[in-house]
Amino acid sequence: MSSKPIKDLIKGDVKLTSGHRLCAGCPESIIARQVLMSTDKPIVAASATGCFEVSTTIFPYTAWNIPWVHTAFGNGAATGAGVEAAYQSLKRQGKITEEMRFVAFGGDGATYDIGFQALSGMIERGHQLMYVCFNNEAYMNTGIQRSGATGFGASTTTSPAGHVVPGKTEFPKDLTMIIAAHDLPYAAQVSPHNWRDLIGKCEKGFECGGPAFINAISPCPRGWRFNSEDGMKIAKLAVETCVWPLYEFENGKYTLTAESKRIAEGTLEKKPITEWFKAQGRYKHLLSEDNAELVAKIQAEIDRKWNRLLALTKL
Amino acid sequence: MKDLAINGDSAVALAWKQVNPDVCAAYPITPQTIIVERFSDYVADGEVDTEFVCVESEHSALTVCTGSCSAGARTFTATSSQGLAYMWEMLPITSAMRTPLVMAVANRAISGPININNDHGDVMSARDTGWLQIFAENVQEAYDISIIAPRLAEHPDVQLPIMTNLDGFILTHAIERLTPLEDSVVKEFVGEFKPFMPLLDYKNPVSHGLMDGPDFYYEHKYQLVQAMEAAVKVIEDVFEEFAKISGRKYNMVEEYMCDDAEYVAVVLGSAFGTMKVAVDSLRAKGLKVGVCMPRIFRPWPADKLAKILDGKKAVAVMDKHLSVGAYGPMYPEVASAMISCEKIPKAYNFIYGLGGKDVKVADYESVFESIMNGTAKTVNYLGVEE
Repeated sequence: MSSKPIKDLIKGDVKLTSGHRLCAGCPESIIARQVLMSTDKPIVAASATGCFEVSTTIFPYTAWNIPWVHTAFGNGAATGAGVEAAYQSLKRQGKITEEMRFVAFGGDGATYDIGFQALSGMIERGHQLMYVCFNNEAYMNTGIQRSGATGFGASTTTSPAGHVVPGKTEFPKDLTMIIAAHDLPYAAQVSPHNWRDLIGKCEKGFECGGPAFINAISPCPRGWRFNSEDGMKIAKLAVETCVWPLYEFENGKYTLTAESKRIAEGTLEKKPITEWFKAQGRYKHLLSEDNAELVAKIQAEIDRKWNRLLALTKL
Repeated sequence: MKDLAINGDSAVALAWKQVNPDVCAAYPITPQTIIVERFSDYVADGEVDTEFVCVESEHSALTVCTGSCSAGARTFTATSSQGLAYMWEMLPITSAMRTPLVMAVANRAISGPININNDHGDVMSARDTGWLQIFAENVQEAYDISIIAPRLAEHPDVQLPIMTNLDGFILTHAIERLTPLEDSVVKEFVGEFKPFMPLLDYKNPVSHGLMDGPDFYYEHKYQLVQAMEAAVKVIEDVFEEFAKISGRKYNMVEEYMCDDAEYVAVVLGSAFGTMKVAVDSLRAKGLKVGVCMPRIFRPWPADKLAKILDGKKAVAVMDKHLSVGAYGPMYPEVASAMISCEKIPKAYNFIYGLGGKDVKVADYESVFESIMNGTAKTVNYLGVEE
C-alpha cells in the first residue's frame, strides 16, 4: 500500500509531463507516473527502445523532467546499471553526496526476450536499480508481433489466428518467477488500475537496497483490440481472472496482495478466462465452438499456475 | 619510475591505473584480453577508485560504459575480436551520444573460422562507427596512447569515444622495455574529467539518446563529421604536449625514410617496426624505399598521406583485413587520399598476416621488390598457400 494519500501524491514533482506521443488510452505513462511518484529522492531513468522511449523523446522534444537515457533495445538494464555504476564510483570518491535512485523501463519484448540477459546480469551483480517492465504482451512498437510474454491463443501479426493455427500456440514464460529465482531483494507484479498497490510496491523496490523488478500489466488498446477508454477495466480483469495475479516476492517470501489476496481468501470472485477473451479482439476467435477445447486448456493452465502461486505463498 | 620489462596488456593496465578511471566494465569473451585482469588486480588492491563492473556480455560492457560516461564518470574498457563484434550495435550509439570513453582493442581476427590470433578484422569492421582510432607500433606506444586517449576523446571540441589499438599477441603478449611516466605526471596530464551535461547532475535534467526523424538524423551525423575535423588540431596539440612530458613525439602519420624514397609502403600497427627493418635492408642495397604508418586511422589523415606520397613511383598499401570481393580496407582510402597528389603514384594492395599468419622481414622485402619490378598485381595475397 502506498505510504502517502493521493492528495499528497498529486502534489509531487511532475517527472514525466503530458504532451508525449503515446496512443490515446495507453497505460504506460500512467504506470511510469505512478512508479516515479514512489520516491522523493533524486532519480535518473533509463529506457530500452520501445513505444515508451520513442513516444516520450522525439528530438528536439522530451517529456522528461528528470535525467533520462536511452541507448538500444536489448540493454535497458545495462544502460541503467551504467548510470548506477557511475553514481557508486563518484559517491565513494565524495564527488556526489546525495542519495539517488535509479529506474529502468522496458516493454515485454525488451524484458522477456532481447533484454533478458542484460536484466539477469544486472540483478546478479546487485546494482541498486529498479527495473520496470510494461507488459503489453507483444512487440507493439514494431506492429504487434508475438513475444515471449504473449498469451496462448492471442492473435498477433506474427501469430495470426488463421484457418488452421488459432493464434499463438505457446504459453508465455513466467518472467516474474524467473526473476524471483535470482533471489533478489524485491520483485512484484502490479497493475495500474490499483495505484495504491503499485506505488506501495515501488516504494519497497526503491528502498530495498539492491536490484528490484516490477512487472506491470499494460493493456494495449491497439494490440489487444479494445476501446481506448477501457484500459484500466481490462487491467483489473487481468487480475480478477488470475491471468495476472498481484503478488510480491520480498526477501524470499511470496505474498499475494490487493484483489488477488481477496480471491485467495474467498472474498472476491475469480472470474472465468472467457471473460478475459470476450473483452479483447485479439482473442475473439477463441470464443467459437470449434475452440472450446483450447479455452479449457488455457483455463486449466491459469488454474495450475494460480494454485502453484497459492502454494508458494504458504512456504 | 624505473624502466620495466612488460607486455602490452600489462602496459595498458598500468596506464589505466595511473589515469584512475571512475568506471570500468568488461567481459571476457573469447578471446579474452588480459588488460582487464591486470587492471582488476589494481582494483582488488585498492590502488584505484574505479567501480569495476563484470558484466554478462560485451554488449552490456559497452552499454554500461556508455551509461556511466553519460552519467559523468571517466570510463575505460577493453575488448578484442568477437567482443568488438558483439559490441557493434552499441559502437555508433556511443559516438552519436558523444560519450568520450576509452576502449583498448587488442586487435585479433574475427570468426570464422574461429581464430584468436592477430589481424585487423575487428577494428576495421568498426571503422565507420564514429570512433576515433589510434594505433600502437610497440608496447611503449600502447602505454603512451592509453594516456593520450582520454585527452583526445574528452576535448570539448571532440567529445567522441576512442579505440586504442594494439596488435593481439604481437604486442599484448610480447615483453618489451617500457619507460613509464610518474603517476603524478600522468595525473596532471589527463586532468579531471569534465563531463558535458551529465545525467547525475539531476538539478539540470537532460535527456540522452533521443529519437531523430529525417529532420535531425543527418544533421547530428554531420556534427560527428565536424567533431572529427576538429579532432585533427586537438590531436596535434596533445601530441606536442605529450612530447614535453615524455620526450616521445607522435604524429598523425609516422614516417620512416620517406623523404627521398621512390617506393613507399603504408602499414598499420606492429608491422611498421618490421617494415623499418626491411627498409634498412633494402636501403643498404641502395634502393630508395620508405614506410609510413597512419598513427590515427580516424580521423583519416588523407592530406598528410597525400603530401608524403606525392610524386612517389609506387605505393604498397598493407592490409591485415580483407573485404571479400573487393580490397583490403585501407587500400581504397590511401588511393582516395592520393587523388589530390600532383603526381599520383601507382598503388598496390597487399593482404597479409590474416589470422596471425607469420610475416617475416624477407616477405616485406618482397613487397617492395614486386612494386619496383612491376610484378605486383592490384591486389596481392602475401604468403597465402593456394
